[in-house]
Parts: sequence; structure tokens; C-alpha cells
Amino acid sequence: MRDLTDAFLELVRRAATDLPPDVEQALREAREQEEPGSAARSALDTILENVRLARENSTPICQDTGTPLFYVHHPEGWSTRALREQIRAAVAEATRRTYLRPNAVDSITGKNTGDNLGDEAFPTIHFEEVEGDELIVDLMLKGGGCENVGAQASLPDTRLGAGRDLEGVRKVVLEAVFKAQGKGCAPGVLGVAVGGDRGSSFLGSKEVLLRPLQDSNPNPALDELEQRLTQQANQLGIGPMGFGGKTTVLGTKIKGMHRLPASYFVSISYMCWAYRRRRMVVRGDEIAYS
Amino acid sequence: MHKLTIPLSDEVVRELKVGDAVALSGTIVTGRDAAHKWMIETFIKKTREPRGDDLQVYQTLKPLLQGGAIYHCGPVVAGLDTGEYRFVAAGPTTSIREEPYQGDVMRHFKLKAVIGKGGMGAKTLAACQEVPAVYLHAIGGAATLIARSVQRVVGVYKMDFGVPEAMWVIEVQDFPAVVTMDSHGGSLHAEVEAASRAALEALLAS
Ligand code: SF4
Repeated sequence: MRDLTDAFLELVRRAATDLPPDVEQALREAREQEEPGSAARSALDTILENVRLARENSTPICQDTGTPLFYVHHPEGWSTRALREQIRAAVAEATRRTYLRPNAVDSITGKNTGDNLGDEAFPTIHFEEVEGDELIVDLMLKGGGCENVGAQASLPDTRLGAGRDLEGVRKVVLEAVFKAQGKGCAPGVLGVAVGGDRGSSFLGSKEVLLRPLQDSNPNPALDELEQRLTQQANQLGIGPMGFGGKTTVLGTKIKGMHRLPASYFVSISYMCWAYRRRRMVVRGDEIAYS
Repeated sequence: MHKLTIPLSDEVVRELKVGDAVALSGTIVTGRDAAHKWMIETFIKKTREPRGDDLQVYQTLKPLLQGGAIYHCGPVVAGLDTGEYRFVAAGPTTSIREEPYQGDVMRHFKLKAVIGKGGMGAKTLAACQEVPAVYLHAIGGAATLIARSVQRVVGVYKMDFGVPEAMWVIEVQDFPAVVTMDSHGGSLHAEVEAASRAALEALLAS
């Protein structure tokens, strides 16, 4: 098996310094929507200018480079142990090169490891064996400010009048967006998982954020809810950075999961505007990034 | 867009209203949790004796803070080994942690601007009215752009607090921010929260 450490390093560099085109496009469209001269528009101008500079200079888009979340899809015969070692080596090197800020803090001692290597969940690496001969690796960097405003609801919720159906889901998601205000560095993207247990539900709410921003959900009921939630979240008027304005979220992605008859969880992962995710595909000797 | 230059006069500060976009230039000082606690305990409440270089640092920073600005920021700094410091990434950090200290620090030093993100509470808003001063909301996540507005690192004090917590004296040019708390009692954070609460209630009932 070949050594992919350098390829992983490049993946990290791209994720940290180069915002994906679909997100940048959505930010541009949001800017056009906001009133000329408004604080909302000026915030988006600053954001877009920052995105450009970070790309040009290969410096972090945001100083909080977040938790690195790797999703590795490998064909049969790859050693996940070797891949894990290479990913960890790449993350440490990326930290040395200031693509990443040292972010792994031991919760018991308060000590920062200095190289972004913590326990087996830091960086987080998910492995899945797939058909075919391509190795596909997705990387998402999820910052702390937006992670802190994520939420999980257990339905029914009588306070909100939210039952165990998509109407109930709509209500708890809107409340989560209200509570977040601008604190997750709005405009954000909502990843929502309906069902699962508490753990799998939160994982699902992050995975769904790997979808392209402008795609549609193959399930018509969920597709309709995604559009409705984006539209209604924007009616809250929280706006970029919480300054007030038309754009509070750029999009919503929902995933249905199986649950126990007794449970009905709705998990919401809030992704800030610095929605850093990149993909690497390895096929034979070729490595492509998108 | 209001171009602001430090030191800020009372007149300039009073003209600023919630929602105004500003571009700030001049010398500012970074300070977060450790710095605020140190200023309060050693020089304002005086519950702790000055020691080491405390008095010297105080004398140096005092004229910079008077009419000046403090920035809630834990920067990523290059050149730590050579002393030729350069800010690489320098976005704002959450301000509300300084709420217990900020008002007294503003009054003591006649600080005219506090820069951070997420807004602050009633004690700071009251100090904004008295001093008078403003809270400037920097754009969360705009780390590279803000670092670029830092023309020069003039000096660093209290390095014993650690790099993110140290007090960095920096010269900025056109640092972008938005006034979200003004000297007339206005707070954009309170306004937006109230309006969005009403909108949420309507959406929940629909
Ligand atoms: S929420 Fe996102 S943009 Fe804001 S500070 Fe954190 S990582 Fe950066």
C-alpha cells in the first residue's frame, strides 16, 4: 500500500484555506439579497474578501480550524490501521505549517497537545469499505462556535407543541436556529437527522452536511421540508453574524434514520459560514481533489 | 462606512449608531480573560499587589488605552522564535466572558471601543453610555482578512499569560467591524433577539 501522508496533508490544506465553490456561491447570492449599505451586506463583503485572501495566501479561512472529521471510503484490501497513521501524521504536519491551529485539549488536565493529535476520536476518522477501486476521502473541519449551538430534541415536546412527525421536526429546528442567533457565525447550514439513538443521530446530522449545498433531497417530503426550513429560518431575520438581515441559513439538509419505537430524536448540527469540506479521490497512481 | 482613527473623541463616539459599519485605524491592544482579570485585580480593585513588571506595563498601556480600543482576540502569531512577530490569523473571540470586568476597565482607562464578537450585556452597555464608548462587532471567522489589517506588531506584554492571552499592541489599518452597541443605550443584539422571537412564535403557531 502506498504512503498517502502527503496527499492527506494537501487535503487538509485545501480544506482549511480554500472554501468549496458551492458555499462561496451561496454566500455571493446571499450578499446580493441583503440591502446595500446594511450591516448584513458589509459582513458578507468582509467574509467574501476573507475567503479570497485565505485562498490566495494559503492561510486558514478562520483561526478556529475545528475538529478534523475524516470520512474514508476504501475498497477491499486497504489497511485502515496504516491509513489512520498516515492521516494522523498529516494532521500533525498541517499543524506545524499553520494550516491548522492546535485544537486538541485534554478535558481532564486542560493541556493542549500542540499538534492536533488527541485520543482516537481526535481527529475523528470514519472508515467504510466500499465496492470499486477508488479510495474516497471526505474531510470536514467543524469549528467550536457553531458546534456549541448544535442541539438535540426528544419528541414529543409539549412546550413547542411538537409531535412525532415532520411538523414537529420543523418546530424544534426553528427553535434551535433562534437560540443560536448569530453565535454560530451565521449564515449557517443546518444538518438535521431525524431518528437514530442519541449518538448515531448526531453523527447522521454531520454526515448529511457532506451533501452539495445546491442539491435536492431524493425524498420529496424531506426535500419540501428542507426548502421550507431554509425559508422560514430566514424569516427569523437574525441575519449574517446576528446583525439582522435576510440570510440566516444558506441551506438545510435532512436525513431520516431508523429509531426505536420508544424514541424520536431530532439532532441539529449547525455549520458556520466557514463550511470547510473537501474530497480526495485516489485511483491507481492518480489523486484528484474537489 | 465610518473611518475611525484612534484616539477616538467623545463626539465621534456619540455619532456612531447601532448598525454602522466602521473601518478602524490606529494602535489597539488585545486582551482577553487573563488580561482583564489582571487589570481589575491589580489596578482597579487593587486586591492584589503589583509585582514584576506590572507597574511598568500599566504605565505603558495606560496612554494607549485612553481613548483607545481593546480587542478580544487570541491571535495565531508567527515569528515567536525570532521576535519578529507577525499576525497570521486574528479573528475575534466571544466577548461575553469579559462581562464581569469590561465596564470597570472601560471607566478606568477611558476606553472608547471594545472589539469582539457575540455582543455583551447590560453592565457593558451602561459603561458605553457613561464613558461614552461603543462595542464593535468584528466578523467572526474573518481571520485572514483581519490579520492583514494588522500593519505592525508594536510590542507584546504579559507574555507569561501565553500567546493567545498576552496583551499585543498592534497597529491596524481599516480594521472592519460593525457597531452593535452604542453610547445611546442601543444594542443590536437585544433588538434582533426580540424581533426574531416574535417571528419564531408566529412560525410555531402556523
Ligand atoms: S463558528 Fe466557524 S467561522 Fe465562527 S469562529 Fe468558529 S469556526 Fe470560525
